[in-house]
Amino acid sequence: MNKLLKGVVLSCAVMGSGSVLADTVINGAGATFPYPVYAKWAEQYNKETGVKLNYQAIGSGGGIKQIIANTVDFGASDAPLDKAQLDKEGLVQFPAVMGSIVAVINVPGIKPGELKLSGTVLADIYLGKVKYWDDAAIAGLNPGVKLPHSPIYAVHRSDGSGTTYNFTDYLARVSSDWQGQVGVGKEVAWPKDAHQLGGKGNAGVANFVKRTKGAIGYVEFAYAKSSNLTYTQMQNKSGAFVAPTMAAFQAAAANADWANAPGFKLMLNDQPGATSWPMTAATFILMHKDQANVDTAKEVLKFFEWGYAKGDNLAAELEYVPMPDNVVKMVETMWHSDIKSSQGQAIYQ
Amino acid sequence: MKALMLRALPWDGDNLFRRACLASAGLISVLMFAILVSLVTGAWPALEQFGLGFFVSDEWNPITEQYGAANALYGTLVSSLIAVLLALPVGVGVAIFLSELCPKWLSKPLSIAIELLAAVPSIIYGMWGLFVFAPWFADGFQLWAGENLADLPVIGSLFSGPPMGVGLLTSGIILAFMILPILTSLIKEALSTVPNVLREATYGIGATQFEVIAKVLLPAIKGPIFGALILALGRALGETMAITFVIGGAQSMEMSLFMPATSISATIAEQFNEATGELHVASLIGLGLVLFMITFVVMGTARVLLRRKAQ
Repeated sequence: MNKLLKGVVLSCAVMGSGSVLADTVINGAGATFPYPVYAKWAEQYNKETGVKLNYQAIGSGGGIKQIIANTVDFGASDAPLDKAQLDKEGLVQFPAVMGSIVAVINVPGIKPGELKLSGTVLADIYLGKVKYWDDAAIAGLNPGVKLPHSPIYAVHRSDGSGTTYNFTDYLARVSSDWQGQVGVGKEVAWPKDAHQLGGKGNAGVANFVKRTKGAIGYVEFAYAKSSNLTYTQMQNKSGAFVAPTMAAFQAAAANADWANAPGFKLMLNDQPGATSWPMTAATFILMHKDQANVDTAKEVLKFFEWGYAKGDNLAAELEYVPMPDNVVKMVETMWHSDIKSSQGQAIYQ
Repeated sequence: MKALMLRALPWDGDNLFRRACLASAGLISVLMFAILVSLVTGAWPALEQFGLGFFVSDEWNPITEQYGAANALYGTLVSSLIAVLLALPVGVGVAIFLSELCPKWLSKPLSIAIELLAAVPSIIYGMWGLFVFAPWFADGFQLWAGENLADLPVIGSLFSGPPMGVGLLTSGIILAFMILPILTSLIKEALSTVPNVLREATYGIGATQFEVIAKVLLPAIKGPIFGALILALGRALGETMAITFVIGGAQSMEMSLFMPATSISATIAEQFNEATGELHVASLIGLGLVLFMITFVVMGTARVLLRRKAQ
């Protein structure tokens, strides 16, 4: 009883203080992929500063629509916009955090990290050209591994998704057939030659792969880890086989050429470097260049400044890759030069 | 005295009530029309681009911006049809049991239990279908069917395909659970309208209980059963969440009932959030329009049939 009373008093106090700080709420909406890390950052940031972040994970497309309609303070998207689109809508864009995609399989007898795949073989599986696990293309990469003659079920996301965008971008980079027949998008027309199965969300794909013998799927690394799925090694651009580790993700990020990416539009897939993981992607934040509400815009920038500076460990705990320091510097320079008040003054000092 | 008081009211109650009802009815018609208009305007870019081809094309490719409703339409119709075919015999059986055979003390709790099926949120059906039913179905039925039924002539192709647990047949079965309550309660209702003298007369000439049910009761409620079936079909056609979970999310049209497919409502639910291009959004709204029209026709037919039989 005493505890209950304390709880009531405490929650009243919290609600009371909330109303005092009612004007320091920042609103964002968009991509679901970075939602866990933004939520974690927001929780810690709120403890330190009292500023509250309200982030709605409605999907990248929704995030883009909402920021264009100006109903949120920032939008978030896994698929970066072109420089031309950004200019047309008066937006700026910057990468907030990076993540990685892994191929996961369910082949009896194969242990995590044991099977090796290359990008072209992965593309051929999803194209339906490689139909059985003991196909010469897979066996050739895996001498000594006993592969069953069982059909491959290619699991994909059935909902529109930034993960699919990044995955198909990777396949298009390594396979001209993929580029020509399917292309890159948040939803694509999956080739009918393969046994295709669509799962809703990362969890849906993970679930189907876990349950279906002979399945292969692609999920964000955090899901592969938390669902204990069998991930594969991938051959990178330099021809080396790498396992999905934080070091391999960071190597891909370090090798990316952010300085020459207009509007920070850069896909991190298939980066050079012997230790780089080939399927790595940044997720992006969108803001208006011209800010009518200077105070809120300032709070948004402060939040991401804090995330870059102090959010690294929280991000890494959730299997996200923090942005490298040199990229953070570039982003902060862009904030200073591009995000202005209606009077033309820089908001970020 | 009472009549006097009523007459003393400053306004004409009857007239007012009639007008209020009329206004409500009118409002519904206006709303329906408004929904239709907004669907057509929303879908217009797609209709303009693809014409009638939108309704028959089975291509759905957001990258080349080619959209057709055929896959989703096929999945919607087939899964609903399976649901109705499975739920009908069960529904009729349960209704007959409850109204004719069941002891009084059991009838009430059983009816409530069946009606509670309708109160279960559809996402619960979806999750149960995906996590509990589908794995069991894959190992328990699909494997067996693949070995024993797939080689049969004609119907074999329905049961070939990989035992993945999800797909058209699974969706149909989950939908059957969901439409069972409405089917059962409507048929039970219809049975209760059959005059008791009819039963008594039939028993009087020496008929068995089976004969009463098969030769008198069922023929008497043929129309209402059909109406109930179509109302249930209407429910099945529009179902979204449960289907999205278990249909397998693939834009394809296959003979095999084990293959993953998609439905209109599932396609809208999965793609609307991330649809950015004008044509993509318009095509999804176009799918909504297709569903609206099918449901409207189906429900309208049901009402007409039910009314004709009631008279």
